[in-house]
Amino acid sequence: MVAAVLILLMPANKRNETRALALAAATFALLLSAWVYIQYLTQGLTGYQFVEEYSWLPALGMNLIFGVDGMSAPLVLLTGIVMFTGVCISWGIDDPHAPTGIQDRPREFFAFLFILASGVFGVFASLDLFMLFFFYEIAVFPMYLLIAIWGWVKTREYAAMKLTLYLFIGSVVALVGALAMYYQAGFNSFDMRLLETANFSPEFQNLWFLPTFFGFAVLGGIWPFHNWSPDGHVAAPTAVSMFHAGVLMKLGAFAALRVGVMLLPQGAQHWSWIIMICAGVAVVYGAFIAFVQPDLKYIIGFSSVSHMGLVMLGISTLNREGLTGAGVQMFSHGLMTALFFAVVGMIYDRSHTRQIPELGGMMKPLPWAGIGFIIGGLVSMGMPGFSGFVAEFPIFMGVWKSQWLVAVIAAISIIITAAYIMIAIRKVFFAEMPAQFEGHISPLTFLDKVAIGLLCGIMVLLGMFPAIMVPMVQTGVDNILRLLGGV
Amino acid sequence: MEFMTSHLLSLILFFPAFAALVILFLPKDEAKLIRWTALLASLIPLALSIVLWINFQSDAIGYQFVEKYTWYAAIGSSLHLGVDGLSLTMVLLTTLLTPISLLASFSITDRVKAFMMLFLFLETGMLGVFMSVDLLIFFVFWEIGLVPMYFLINQWGSANRNYASLKFMIYTMGGSLGLLLAIQLLGVLFGTFDLVIVTEKWNAASGLLLGFPIETVKNVIFWAFVVAFAIKVPVWPFHTWLPDAHTEAPTAGSMILAGVLLKLGAYGFLRLVLPLYPAQAQHYAGALAFLATAAIIFGAFAAYAQTDFKRLVAYSSVNHMGFVLLGIAAAAKAAGTLDANIALNGAVLQMFNHGLSAAGMFFLVGVIYERTHTRDLSKFGGLFPLVPVYGGILIFMSMASLGLPGLNGFVSEFLVVRGAWPILTVYTAIAMLGLLFTGAYILKGVKNVLHGPMNEHWAHGEHKLTEINTREIIVLAPLMAFILIIGVWPAWILDVINKAMMMLF
Repeated sequence: MVAAVLILLMPANKRNETRALALAAATFALLLSAWVYIQYLTQGLTGYQFVEEYSWLPALGMNLIFGVDGMSAPLVLLTGIVMFTGVCISWGIDDPHAPTGIQDRPREFFAFLFILASGVFGVFASLDLFMLFFFYEIAVFPMYLLIAIWGWVKTREYAAMKLTLYLFIGSVVALVGALAMYYQAGFNSFDMRLLETANFSPEFQNLWFLPTFFGFAVLGGIWPFHNWSPDGHVAAPTAVSMFHAGVLMKLGAFAALRVGVMLLPQGAQHWSWIIMICAGVAVVYGAFIAFVQPDLKYIIGFSSVSHMGLVMLGISTLNREGLTGAGVQMFSHGLMTALFFAVVGMIYDRSHTRQIPELGGMMKPLPWAGIGFIIGGLVSMGMPGFSGFVAEFPIFMGVWKSQWLVAVIAAISIIITAAYIMIAIRKVFFAEMPAQFEGHISPLTFLDKVAIGLLCGIMVLLGMFPAIMVPMVQTGVDNILRLLGGV
Repeated sequence: MEFMTSHLLSLILFFPAFAALVILFLPKDEAKLIRWTALLASLIPLALSIVLWINFQSDAIGYQFVEKYTWYAAIGSSLHLGVDGLSLTMVLLTTLLTPISLLASFSITDRVKAFMMLFLFLETGMLGVFMSVDLLIFFVFWEIGLVPMYFLINQWGSANRNYASLKFMIYTMGGSLGLLLAIQLLGVLFGTFDLVIVTEKWNAASGLLLGFPIETVKNVIFWAFVVAFAIKVPVWPFHTWLPDAHTEAPTAGSMILAGVLLKLGAYGFLRLVLPLYPAQAQHYAGALAFLATAAIIFGAFAAYAQTDFKRLVAYSSVNHMGFVLLGIAAAAKAAGTLDANIALNGAVLQMFNHGLSAAGMFFLVGVIYERTHTRDLSKFGGLFPLVPVYGGILIFMSMASLGLPGLNGFVSEFLVVRGAWPILTVYTAIAMLGLLFTGAYILKGVKNVLHGPMNEHWAHGEHKLTEINTREIIVLAPLMAFILIIGVWPAWILDVINKAMMMLF
């Protein structure tokens, strides 16, 4: 946030200085979030940690309360990573012949990106229901501007409008649910740690769970409210797509979990079958739609719907395996889509097309991008040894426990995913290169490689050593299970 | 030294992957350096597995050289390695064929670094399957092996490689989907993936599961396992990916594909299907035997009909692996009897033998293809006088494949039919008729290449066929040695296999 203001103060003509400042700030944020994560992990902490409280509007019981638990600490780290890599790949070269990255008004672009990031950090770290909403809206608003101003010329107005309207409607519905909780609980406080103990009556929970959950889940791209998301991804500039798919969609799932499931646990148990059906449809349907897309970015967009469906599926099981898997999947999918969108953006910057039939032979000029895409693809199809498997396997185990038929149906998506990813890899990177690109593809910058290397490295590391994250997520899950009635 | 003996399996398992990472940092233009590094690196697992073979106690019950490390505690899976006589044989086969295949691929000049790295990763993947005593780890390595193989076919294969590699990938992944779901179910039921515990508890399970009688569930999961492994073996009618993948893969890829990858499927039958589902296996043994016989007969007919030399060899794999499945079916039908045990011994030895002879045959096809750039049988003919050494080796390999007494194929095929005859008489009789056609297609291949009127095209000028070179002979020498040794004196390996089979079933 501070960085955003600083960047706005920078003179507009000092483009490189602006970028350097953005990069420095992003690095700082990454290091801080990594520090929080490592502290949490190595000290074997449980429950809410690093809690800070400031009074803001005490009369109404609204306070700035920050803290992380096992569920949100990985997401804070995720935000740090995606922000850092997003800035890396937006750096841009001012070469008039081969412009890459963000050329137009980088100062404002980075400023908005940082506002967005602080909104996201805020949501993940808020322990106050009102503040959670506050930051949630802060995160959505710059999204609109980022897409509408820096987006893909053809659809940016449409997509930005669609996205914003969808999300506002969702959040208003969720807000009503939150207010209902506030009054019903009668603590005159929005502190979620207090609200968790409120013991709302079953009727109240059953009534308000669905609006609250789905209000947030819209941002998580749950079927049938997903269709803003591929349009939004496609229209957004690369770094924003990365942020959007990598972090913002997690925001929806996370808020739905924290507010919907944790505050209204009985409602969650009552309605979990509806979520399971919607999520199951999203998983399979998303994969099929992605399979038939010719546009690379749409493929990734719909595969996000499919993968976020798995997160929702994990949440809907309400058992230890499913929720743990959902937590890890949020992190893993965040890195994976960020990587995908980064690579697609790099290719688009150089070839000016995203249509798979028009592309080919990118492995030679852009080997890093190719390897990044392949690793992302393997994560995406849940190949063992990569983070996707570590996340999806427990989700499926959780689903087996609650409703085996859904597991069998959802598994179809694995094959479909493998097919479209493999076809895309082959076409884009290995097929014959069309003549018009010959010699026109400029190599990646150093920062591009840093971004790809970092994202790939973490996904492989997590895939091989799940112990660096899973126990931590489990402590968060234990808390949820306790609320769900002690398992 | 103590560290080495207590970590022998993980050393064998991870050394190739480690070597691949080392190769990553070698300069990519130094093709020679990369080749030799890869070859030497693959000799170390071979040396270690010979140490393993020597120190293995064939009389001891259960898994040996066991190592266990925490991997995914949250869902009760650990990196649990161990070998018994069955896996030991397969580990030896894998570590033997990898350096041979690497030496065979010294003729690759395009992106040597990536090729060698993928090959070494592939070795780790295959070894992991044979060594794991944990269902989830088994599956992890099972799937990991697919990725390098896909890229080996897709990047270094011949004309129709895109189709073949995608078909290979989707077929295998589709097949293992049922396996994945079944493993998940078992994990959910027992809270652990440890093979020993799961086997024990699963066989003792009774009552209702998911609202169905447990027998029904077991029947369904049994078929999920069978399909996954049958695709890999491959058993008729799941074999159609194989001729494509084999034909399009680069020579070394075909060698390892036929030599080791197909064995993964048969290994799955022996390691998982029979111990986990003894009752179902017995009940459906007839069906398995039918599929095995169909594979033997149709494989032989299909091979006979081919005009492409490599496709002929590819279909011969379907034919030969049919005998492995026949042995397994017989064992499933009459578990514990002497006949069943003989059949199993034959099946495991046949896995090892086919690994040797198929790798040899594919390499020989590769040798002639590199010189003539054709695999069309009608384009050869009467080449023996031009390349007598090559011709001699080709005839030797073909005879091993055909099952000539004195060479390895005879021993294992005889054991299979000897054991299966009293148990599944009709199927075995039909399968033995199949042996006749095996002879026919192999002789057809040999005749079309070596004998008959000489195709003058290869005799003079720029197309003059050159004799097999020293490196290629070195590739073949260990294979031929093993083929001959097992043919003449099979006791050294059968002893290990037999004791393992006695203990397992």
